[in-house]
Amino acid sequence: MSSDLPSPKSAVEFRPTTESSVVRYTLIGIAVLFLAAILVLPLLTVFTQAIVKGPAVFFKALSDKDGVAAIRLTLLVAVIAVPLNLVFGVAAAWAIAKFEFHGKAFLTTLIDLPFSVSPVISGMIYVLMFGANSLIGPWLKQHGLEVVFAVPGIVLATIFVTFPFVARELIPLMQDQGSGDEEAAISLGANGWQVFWHVTLPYIRWGLLYGVLLCNARAMGEFGAVSVISGHIRGVTNTMPLQIEVLYNSYNFAGAFAMASLLALLALLTLVFKTILEFRFGADLAATRRH
Amino acid sequence: MTRSISLPNNAQTRATREGWRFVKPSVIPGFGLTLGYAVTYLTLIVLIPLAGLAIKASSLGWEQFWSIASDERTVDALWTSFGSSLIAASVNVVFGVVVAWVLVRYRFPGRRLLDAIVDLPFALPTAVAGISLSALYAPNGWIGSIAGHFGVKIAYTPGGIVLALIFIGLPFIVRTVQPVMEELEQEIEEAAATLGANRFQTITMVILPRLFPAILTGFSLALARAVGEYGSVIFIAANIPYKSEIAPLLIIIRLEEFNQPAAAAIGAVMLVIAFAMLLVINLLQAWSRRRFGNVV
Amino acid sequence: MDIRVQNIRKEFSRYPALHDVSLNIVSGELIALLGPSGSGKTTLLRLIAGLESPTDGTIFFGDEDASQKSVQERHVGFVFQHYALFRHMTILENVSFGLNVRAASERPPKAEIRRRAMELLDLVQLAGLEKRYPNQLSGGQRQRVALARALAIEPRVLLLDEPFGALDAQVRKELRKWLREIHDRTGHTTVFVTHDQEEALELADRLVVMSQGKIEQVGTPDDVYDKPNSPFVFGFIGESSALPVEVDNNELWVGGRAIGLAAPEAANGAAQLYFRPHDVELIEGDACLAGVVVASRRVGGTRRVELEIGGQQQPVEIDLPFDHPAGEKTRIAFRPKRWRLFPGA
Repeated sequence: MSSDLPSPKSAVEFRPTTESSVVRYTLIGIAVLFLAAILVLPLLTVFTQAIVKGPAVFFKALSDKDGVAAIRLTLLVAVIAVPLNLVFGVAAAWAIAKFEFHGKAFLTTLIDLPFSVSPVISGMIYVLMFGANSLIGPWLKQHGLEVVFAVPGIVLATIFVTFPFVARELIPLMQDQGSGDEEAAISLGANGWQVFWHVTLPYIRWGLLYGVLLCNARAMGEFGAVSVISGHIRGVTNTMPLQIEVLYNSYNFAGAFAMASLLALLALLTLVFKTILEFRFGADLAATRRH
Repeated sequence: MTRSISLPNNAQTRATREGWRFVKPSVIPGFGLTLGYAVTYLTLIVLIPLAGLAIKASSLGWEQFWSIASDERTVDALWTSFGSSLIAASVNVVFGVVVAWVLVRYRFPGRRLLDAIVDLPFALPTAVAGISLSALYAPNGWIGSIAGHFGVKIAYTPGGIVLALIFIGLPFIVRTVQPVMEELEQEIEEAAATLGANRFQTITMVILPRLFPAILTGFSLALARAVGEYGSVIFIAANIPYKSEIAPLLIIIRLEEFNQPAAAAIGAVMLVIAFAMLLVINLLQAWSRRRFGNVV
Repeated sequence: MDIRVQNIRKEFSRYPALHDVSLNIVSGELIALLGPSGSGKTTLLRLIAGLESPTDGTIFFGDEDASQKSVQERHVGFVFQHYALFRHMTILENVSFGLNVRAASERPPKAEIRRRAMELLDLVQLAGLEKRYPNQLSGGQRQRVALARALAIEPRVLLLDEPFGALDAQVRKELRKWLREIHDRTGHTTVFVTHDQEEALELADRLVVMSQGKIEQVGTPDDVYDKPNSPFVFGFIGESSALPVEVDNNELWVGGRAIGLAAPEAANGAAQLYFRPHDVELIEGDACLAGVVVASRRVGGTRRVELEIGGQQQPVEIDLPFDHPAGEKTRIAFRPKRWRLFPGA
């Protein structure tokens, strides 16, 4: 458009490129009602249902034996899975973004795979591989190692479901960055680690942090895959989401929602962080919009 | 898209003269290390277990595989999963476009908040979503009781399944359509207006076709997600076999019956159908990209 | 179709884009709105189109008050700087668009629409490309499609917003000539906006020179070039050199020296002398402008010489034929042949 116009892109005053106010308000109304019914109210429900029976019940659900075990297991799984996926994400993004090689498309498709596979199937493949009827199963049993229906299996399934997150945040970011800066650093005598630490990392750090947060939120909240491989052994292999299911199915609704509210808070924190990031670094994170 | 201080051209011609190279030479270190780690990780975590599934499923032999796959309960479960997903994704297209439109083009109090909350299904655990949707839409829940007055039951019906899948898929549509809408030049709409088109004609003949590739992408992402969804559905569904039982649930039931082959078979069928669907959609996307230009 | 702009004022959230602008556009003429960025020319064009509404004032199309009409009702053809073609439609569909969206009662039958569209594509010399998409055409071709699309609705007036701004210099020249031909053939009232004064001088029947939301001068290219009525117009149209002078007793003095120019109607005091660098004559003798050569450049067929004239801070430019002997000298004395005087410092 011609440069002598201070063109306001927002269409508040009536212009030929907006609808009449009737249409506008109707559309806003529809959107708001829809989002309220589908997103906002369910979110509120978690918290209201958690405290409806009073704080005593709330804290009991979180502090009884099974509850504490569930929280600890969830944290343990996250502490193992997230750093492993972080390293993977950085490595994969580095290889994909800074180099040209055959089979790159295949690699990126593989990374997107968990999004197309049902979580139940994601869990099942580990049951099939390490379970009693598999090739490795008897060998594991012989050596007293447990994968299926035990913590290692849960960790594996969680890793499968969450490994794309960091990679998918970093790859577009690092591709946008290009390799010019790194090559310049190399020509000045830096070695690989120095290049990564001083040149790449500052550029990607907010995207990286966001990827880690998403990975963590998903790792702590994964249900379907973990449900298949955990065996639902109370106090031992129940993560928080599984414990929620147990409480809910035994009609302890307040307890279930109490535990759910913790996870919901984590989700809200993730969203808040994302909004802050977009506010301050909008352009940098535009890449993250390309889901 | 690498904006490299590129190697002199003779590096490239050298490569072709010497024959096929796996990776283009670069001064940046770490290729072997990073690619090696990534590929090892993927092989251990993804490829081998998936191969295990394929092996298990194929160990059945064709006849047995087919009888499991065509068993009435299996077929019904697949119908429920894929059918509900299609409906949910379609509903999301309609409302998702409206939401994106309203967020991009209008200013109203609370807009930023609503924009942020669209991402909730990405961040919220599926089990949490499941129980809260169930509580909300059950006959004694806030919305469920209002619906009850009109004689409409939501939770514990197939409609409930669709509702949960709508929750899951919404951000895919909104987030793929939003950037395209934001980049739509105002001049296109002004041109249509000067040519005599009223607002409705401008929207249907000029704007929506431009959005079509993005809508298609969002639809396919929402669909793929919904087909395999488990946690948010099982609480709000009645899970009645043959009627409102989703395929992932049937897989779990078979596993609990120690009928691993059946579970593997159903899983394999799900994957095959899902990939076929995605292939069709990919073809559609390629076509629409050629037709409407490179948008998303 | 006459267009009458009456006392238009336009503010964008307290940013004033146009101050009390009035203009009469004669039916059938090709008129240019010319000015630098921020002059308000595009705003004025968009107000005529109905894409903006005025804060104050009216616009008449013929005898009708157009401000009451929506942009669709005004029946204007608008061509945008960046074409604004519909990417997802073929060229033919783009051109037919205006006819296709008409109400059923006014819409011609499909065959007729197609015929008209093809005729227009012929007019803009793009016949044979009707099945292509905009992204398969060059910039110049796209702009021609945009024009054909605007002409398809048989507009009352054709409005073009810097139509050649996004094109290469060569294409721009060709399309300028071509636009003039089309105008002469079709006879539409045409208003176009440009910041390129060469373009305006070449194309337009009349020019409207604008600056900072106001109209500085309206006139034919000759009027505006030979008789600019303000320093801004003098400086914006064509080349110019300016020099502060003293008026004393109807004589012009520079640096305490009479320069041999008489200004019978000028008031005594400080003034600005404006002249065109090529409109000078070299003279011997005392009553002239004499200066020391500080820079000398050959520009095509002329030599541009910068002179420092006694005591003045800014050097003054004059043009000589490139092989003129005076071009070798270090001091040059001259007098403007044609010039204008504007009061004030």
